[in-house]
Amino acid sequence: MTRKLTCIVCPMGCPLTVELEGKKVLSVAGNTCPRGEKYAVSEYTAPTRVLTTTVRVAGGTEPLVSVKTTAAIPKELLFEAMEVLNSLTVKAPVALGDILAENLCGTGVSVAAGKSVASQK
Amino acid sequence: MEQLDLVIIGGGPAGLAAAVSAWDNGVRSMVILDREAKLGGILEQCIHNGFGIHRFGEELTGPEYAARYIAEAEKRGIPYRLNSMVLDLKTDPATGLKQVTAVSSSDGLMEFSAKAVVLAMGCRERSRGALNIPGTRPAGIYTAGAAQKFVNIKGYMPGTRVVILGSGDIGLIMARRMTLEGAKVEAVCELMPYSGGLNRNIVQCLEDFNIPLKLSHTITAIHGRERVTGVTIAQVDDARRPIPGTEQEIACDTVLLSCGLIPENELSLSANIPLDPVTGGAVTDQYRQTAVPGVFACGNVLHVHDLVDFVSEESALAGKSAADYLQGRLPDGGTLDIKGAGGVRYVVPQKLRLPASEDLRLYFRVGAIYDKVTLTLSCGEKALAVKKRPKVVPGEMETFIVKKETLGNLSGSLTLTLSQEGGIA
Repeated sequence: MTRKLTCIVCPMGCPLTVELEGKKVLSVAGNTCPRGEKYAVSEYTAPTRVLTTTVRVAGGTEPLVSVKTTAAIPKELLFEAMEVLNSLTVKAPVALGDILAENLCGTGVSVAAGKSVASQK
Repeated sequence: MEQLDLVIIGGGPAGLAAAVSAWDNGVRSMVILDREAKLGGILEQCIHNGFGIHRFGEELTGPEYAARYIAEAEKRGIPYRLNSMVLDLKTDPATGLKQVTAVSSSDGLMEFSAKAVVLAMGCRERSRGALNIPGTRPAGIYTAGAAQKFVNIKGYMPGTRVVILGSGDIGLIMARRMTLEGAKVEAVCELMPYSGGLNRNIVQCLEDFNIPLKLSHTITAIHGRERVTGVTIAQVDDARRPIPGTEQEIACDTVLLSCGLIPENELSLSANIPLDPVTGGAVTDQYRQTAVPGVFACGNVLHVHDLVDFVSEESALAGKSAADYLQGRLPDGGTLDIKGAGGVRYVVPQKLRLPASEDLRLYFRVGAIYDKVTLTLSCGEKALAVKKRPKVVPGEMETFIVKKETLGNLSGSLTLTLSQEGGIA
């Protein structure tokens, strides 16, 4: 079976052609870098996404801090992960790179602050 | 009045990269002026990732990308003033000095006299008023960027059931963001038969969440008195007119508009800087110098970019050029016009300043999707460079590099033409 998909690893968006046998990937073509092949294989076996969202900050100069998962998590866990992060409030100050949550939804993946938020004076 | 060598208007990615580059090329007497309370510009609210792949070789979120440049500016001690809105830009005809008038609530009216200015004001979104969508005037209609600020910076949800008009990248990103935060995005309507957004955003923002992308569709009416209650959408024909009988009602409480970005050039106009009617930005040469000597432009105020990485690259060039101008190092042998033809909607820069001592990098956009094209840069009858591309699309800015060796002894004007076997349909 031949499937066509667009690589989403970077904004280049390479058009990939994947040869499949059931869930097994036989070959990948159209990618300009090795990440494209890796993406195609993962997309047909266990699709994952990096989640970016915000987390509430108490006592900060801003009400929210942007966050991202430190690695891609299974796609089907995105909404569960959103629930966890929407129920979380962290205390200011927050520094860029601070780990705000660990082992998100049992994935072993952490959640890091994407910016700094100072404490309210 | 403060006397400076360089004033940079705008502290977003363009202004920051221009400032760092100007500093590294010897400018010390300078200031960045920004109307927001923080440096970083619109990157601050773009919390999704994918920034920096070309520039840093890794995927960063918008705030992370901004933080890298802010750190570079801070490290050099580049002065900046926040909450400072530039109101006017003028050139003194007698001295050639630029008069920059700005205002802030802490310092009141401020005046700067500068030998050079970098315009880095960015762009703004096309609003409902500019789109002329019929219907009532209820609450619940936002530009995608305004909604992005509410959700990502302020922590408010603009609504629960959403229809998005326009499939530009911000609209696609907001379709995913609203969905993740619990809203239902009913549809994304795109007037054109193709999306203006990046392929990867169509996949990871729409297809991942089964959000329908309705190409060749538009909103023909917005309903509701106090709050949006729904929209009427319709298919459009080749001339983008709604086709009678294709109307469809969609119930929603929110309409987001992602219908294009417009370079914010009010200051450029007040300084009598000629603009390109297609880009909406200044006409510049390869140094990103406008028709007013000593005034440079870069980033989205010059032409709307797809990726911030290229904004940084262009702005570093503009910053270096400003430094070269201040030290009398820019060539001045007149200019030739550079134009697009046959499907090439625009080319930046629009002028080649002579003598051309470096390779020329042209950036252009096409007006439709074309497969297997030949691009030719010619001067009169003579072809200077020919390149083939498997595919060009309007949503992606293309580059065309010309070796400096081919740029000697030119006269007349340069034309970048797109052609296909059998001609352009």
